[in-house]
Amino acid sequence: MAAADCRILNHMVQCYPTQFNASFAALADATRRGVLDQLARGDASITDLADKFEMTLTGMKKHVGVLELAGLVTTEKIGRVRTCRIGPCRLEEEMEWIARYRRVWDARFEALDGVIDELKRQEKARGRKKRK
Amino acid sequence: MAARNESESPRTTVKKKSDREVVVTRTFDAPARLVFEAWSKPELFKKWWVPRSMGMTLRSCEMDVRTGGTYRLVFGDDPANPMAFFGKYLEVVPNQRIVWTNEESGDAGSVTTVTLEERDGKTLLVLSELYPTKEALDEAGTGAQDALGETFGQLDELLAELSAR
Repeated sequence: MAAADCRILNHMVQCYPTQFNASFAALADATRRGVLDQLARGDASITDLADKFEMTLTGMKKHVGVLELAGLVTTEKIGRVRTCRIGPCRLEEEMEWIARYRRVWDARFEALDGVIDELKRQEKARGRKKRK
Repeated sequence: MAARNESESPRTTVKKKSDREVVVTRTFDAPARLVFEAWSKPELFKKWWVPRSMGMTLRSCEMDVRTGGTYRLVFGDDPANPMAFFGKYLEVVPNQRIVWTNEESGDAGSVTTVTLEERDGKTLLVLSELYPTKEALDEAGTGAQDALGETFGQLDELLAELSAR
């Protein structure tokens, strides 16, 4: 893992422990990863997914439930059909977002350090002159 | 490995407080009045807000840092196609607090609050950006900020130059 990823991962674990663990648990299962893959290509009903993964409706409902709890999938029932789509929690995007944000501010603040150092030097120089 | 990373860049932290709010913290080895000075004098502000090595030119920087005052930053090499960032200072308490609006994106503008807290000669800076919607916040992590991020590696040059003066 790249250094930056490590830092972001630490951050995620500290700031979003519940969501983070739920996401990990949800992704630990091959079927659920497959379901996410499938939904990334387009919305699907529970029945579609059950067919695709050769599972019972009940089994698929359980998997979708775990993904839904982790925020990885959302579902909506219209009539008798429950449609699943990719949910609001996109871990990677979230981590990238924070990393980008941090890069900008970190760089600015490093430059600000430089300006502040200069102000400190000027104050010190003025102080010396006064004493003389 | 994690420990080494921390020491490379020990101070800036970014946390999402909610879908609409991001909080950045950083400690500066200086009293609050110097941090405030660097933030409120245009000639100092422009030395660090957009470091020269970024490749973006800050064409003009007008700031009237007091409650009710306004600011306007204009970027871009092409005068015909300038990029302006502007807004109003909602609250300014010297050496303690600056709150301003970011109005360039219309209704989706965020409000930025900076607070300075001095302790033992060091200053803890907490910057919060509150966006009107979750979508506006998501957007902020991609557009201009992204473009800035990529060239930040060249910053050292500017810093070296500043400290050599």
